[in-house]
Amino acid sequence: MFSSEVIKMIGFGLLETLYMTLVSTALAYIIGLPLGVALVVSEGSENPLVRGANTVLGVIVNLLRSVPFLILLVALIPFTRFIVGTSIGSTATIVPLVVASAPFVARLVESSIKEVDRGVIEAAQCMGASMTKVIYKVMLPEAKPSLIVGSAIAVTTILSYSAMAGFVGGGGLGDIAIRYGYYRYQDDIMIITVALLVVVVQILQEIGMRLAKIGDRRIN
Amino acid sequence: MAQGRPIISIRDLEKIYKSKNSHVKALEHINLDVYEGEVFGIIGLSGAGKSTLVRCMNFLERPTAGTVFFDGKDLSQLTKKELLIARQSMGMIFQQFNLLMQRNSIDNICFPLEIVGMERNQAKKRAYELLEVVGLSDKANAYPAQLSGGQKQRVAIARALATNPKVLLCDEATSALDPATTHSILGLLKQINKDMGLTIVVITHEMSVIEEICQRIAIIDDSRIVEMGNVIDIFTNPKTEIAKSFASPGGDRPDRVIGNRLVQIIFDGNSSYEPVLAKTILECKAPVNIMFADTKNIDGRAFGQMIIQLPEDENLSNRVLAYLRTQDIIVKEVEASV
Repeated sequence: MFSSEVIKMIGFGLLETLYMTLVSTALAYIIGLPLGVALVVSEGSENPLVRGANTVLGVIVNLLRSVPFLILLVALIPFTRFIVGTSIGSTATIVPLVVASAPFVARLVESSIKEVDRGVIEAAQCMGASMTKVIYKVMLPEAKPSLIVGSAIAVTTILSYSAMAGFVGGGGLGDIAIRYGYYRYQDDIMIITVALLVVVVQILQEIGMRLAKIGDRRIN
Repeated sequence: MAQGRPIISIRDLEKIYKSKNSHVKALEHINLDVYEGEVFGIIGLSGAGKSTLVRCMNFLERPTAGTVFFDGKDLSQLTKKELLIARQSMGMIFQQFNLLMQRNSIDNICFPLEIVGMERNQAKKRAYELLEVVGLSDKANAYPAQLSGGQKQRVAIARALATNPKVLLCDEATSALDPATTHSILGLLKQINKDMGLTIVVITHEMSVIEEICQRIAIIDDSRIVEMGNVIDIFTNPKTEIAKSFASPGGDRPDRVIGNRLVQIIFDGNSSYEPVLAKTILECKAPVNIMFADTKNIDGRAFGQMIIQLPEDENLSNRVLAYLRTQDIIVKEVEASV
């Protein structure tokens, strides 16, 4: 059906997509996880400075989240060039992907941590646990199943963002779908790339859900 | 009661919750001492301020005025770090147990030991010992989701005891448990108090909990301590309405008692093991009808009330009444309440 060149191209596109998605997710968590924790911990603090920082952080997160990804992608081109040296290709796409998804991850992390029972945190404070210990020993481990579910949501969202980057030469399956499937009306390539994207999303989603369930001591 | 050194002293404590447009007084003019080795109860209705008070004892809530001394130290003068260390000598258990759901029993008990930085193997050893104290050795690897309410509270108690605290604070610790489990948990607390000499502060809204384990109580109502003293003294001689309603003898009446020739008998703790009613019947050779009875035994003394119906025959009923009046109880003729 396809020539070996096309198969090669699609295979390479798949790898690029996975590369962009996984690296971006990892970086988004490196930024978003502490940000999410900071959002929870700073909320309702007795210190007005900390409360102020919480508000500022919240506003920044909301602003970044409300800019449509495609616009952010274009707007960030100078910034991307500054960091990676180019604005084309899959590595360049990682920059806007991280900028767009880190605030999203921060909100996911925030909501997961907020699910942890206040009473358990209070109990830890009663034992003389410092804030750092409360975060490392209570908030994060207790929220683990929910954090994993959140990361499955994050990774699939980032994957679909990465496909959008195809419009500005971002590389990966999205790029192939746009160049061949859309601009050249090659429906067969369009279908195969979309199918591959669906399969990848399903697999990532399933892995996330399974991991969350296996790790959750409230169920088994 | 032999009173030792006060381990917790509270002076003129006040706690006000301020927000933009509200000003809620949660506690005011609180003065109390908890002595070493005693079981001290704080009873009050919901919203009276008792949970806030217990949280002021370990400075989980900072009082807006007044001082809290724990083991001779003024908690408000401690640095953040010193306060964390002071808290390590106060265990606390809760109504909702507050166990870490992602850790098994042993690791839950190890948790406070991790906080104080105890070495892992040593911590585990201590945790197994404590699990034995609370009678759950076979549940070492069970997660909280696999335990019953009573078992969870036992793990929570073991966890609270792990760091060898000087005081155990119990915030409505049995309020989520059924009566039988409540009884066994209170039994465990009593035993810990006796065996380890651990001071226990119990917060509750249930008089039965106080009766079962406390030696001294403070009754808290509308943000203030309205009465404080030995449980027996407050039972026998409650001064305030709220104390009367908790202590109940003569205080609350049964909702509905129908009939005539009714007599209320109040046991105020003096007529301990006297079978008053049986003796009356034998003595007067007249049957009486028990319409209502609510009595309890506290430290071998009878408290409570009974409403009985006298026989139809006037001579007989007068004789019964006269006999009852010679006994060491309070006798009142009452109207039927409908």
